[in-house]
Amino acid sequence: MTCSDFLKELTDYLDDSMDAQTRAELEDHLQWCHNCYVVCNTTKRTIEIYRDSRLYELPDDLRGRLQTAILAKCHSHKASVAETAPHDASEAGPKLATRPGDAPTK
Amino acid sequence: MGTIQPKVAEPVSEELALVHAAKAGDMGAFEELVRRYDRNVFRIAQHITQNREDAEDVVQDAFLKAYQNLGNFQEQSKFYTWLVRIAVNEALMRLRRRRPERMVSLDEDIKTEEDSMPREVADWAPNPEQLYTQGELREILGKTIQGLPPSFRTVFVLRDVEGLSTEETADALDLSIPAVKSRLLRARLQLRERLNKYFRNRTGGDGKK
Repeated sequence: MTCSDFLKELTDYLDDSMDAQTRAELEDHLQWCHNCYVVCNTTKRTIEIYRDSRLYELPDDLRGRLQTAILAKCHSHKASVAETAPHDASEAGPKLATRPGDAPTK
Repeated sequence: MGTIQPKVAEPVSEELALVHAAKAGDMGAFEELVRRYDRNVFRIAQHITQNREDAEDVVQDAFLKAYQNLGNFQEQSKFYTWLVRIAVNEALMRLRRRRPERMVSLDEDIKTEEDSMPREVADWAPNPEQLYTQGELREILGKTIQGLPPSFRTVFVLRDVEGLSTEETADALDLSIPAVKSRLLRARLQLRERLNKYFRNRTGGDGKK
């Protein structure tokens, strides 16, 4: 197995989605190829760091505003469907302000 | 060397019960689905759009579209996968609006030098994320993933951050399984290569910048 062969199989190896024979060949390669060992290990760490990073978490205050806006739009859609049935409902409910500085909603 | 352990999935039957109740008009059930997945949709949207306001709009529009089209949801996939498909489409649409000069497509399949085996491979520090404060680390990770093509970071966020399976990712993005695997490999290798300058072992070197 060459380093290029190893690289092609890296995703399946990290995801543990390969047959035992291929896995054994990859692990044999890792025993003696330091470069592939490091690439494999640091790629695994890359995934773990991103997974654990809490990057782009939704802040509680914004979450509350978004939930309120979503449910208001859904209620509005439900009401418009009930009013206009059997005609088609409008595409979407009113655009509600969810960010500070947006236009007042009332 | 260990493998990446998948996230534990939500019980599907419980999700399906909420979907059935929502389809029957129970707004409380839909509200529970919103509460269950709004954080995920926001994360996905911000990873793709790289813009906070766009991500907020994507969350609202994705849930509204899901609500409006609940009757068309055939339950052949999980509700969450279906919702992710809607959210990804909304996010890509906004990205295209912001970057009209450049086509944004999930069909992008860009090869770079980072896809091949590097000639000199430097190992990382034992706990590289501890070299930085939480704020610094988030900035590094955000800046790094922002440099990936949208098609790569979309696959990476669904598969590796949100923990969808390869099959679910393919379903949500309307891609083949080999296409998902190919983009995932490139995304992982490119991120790894770009994080090198921050995380490599500096023992005997010039230390942290």
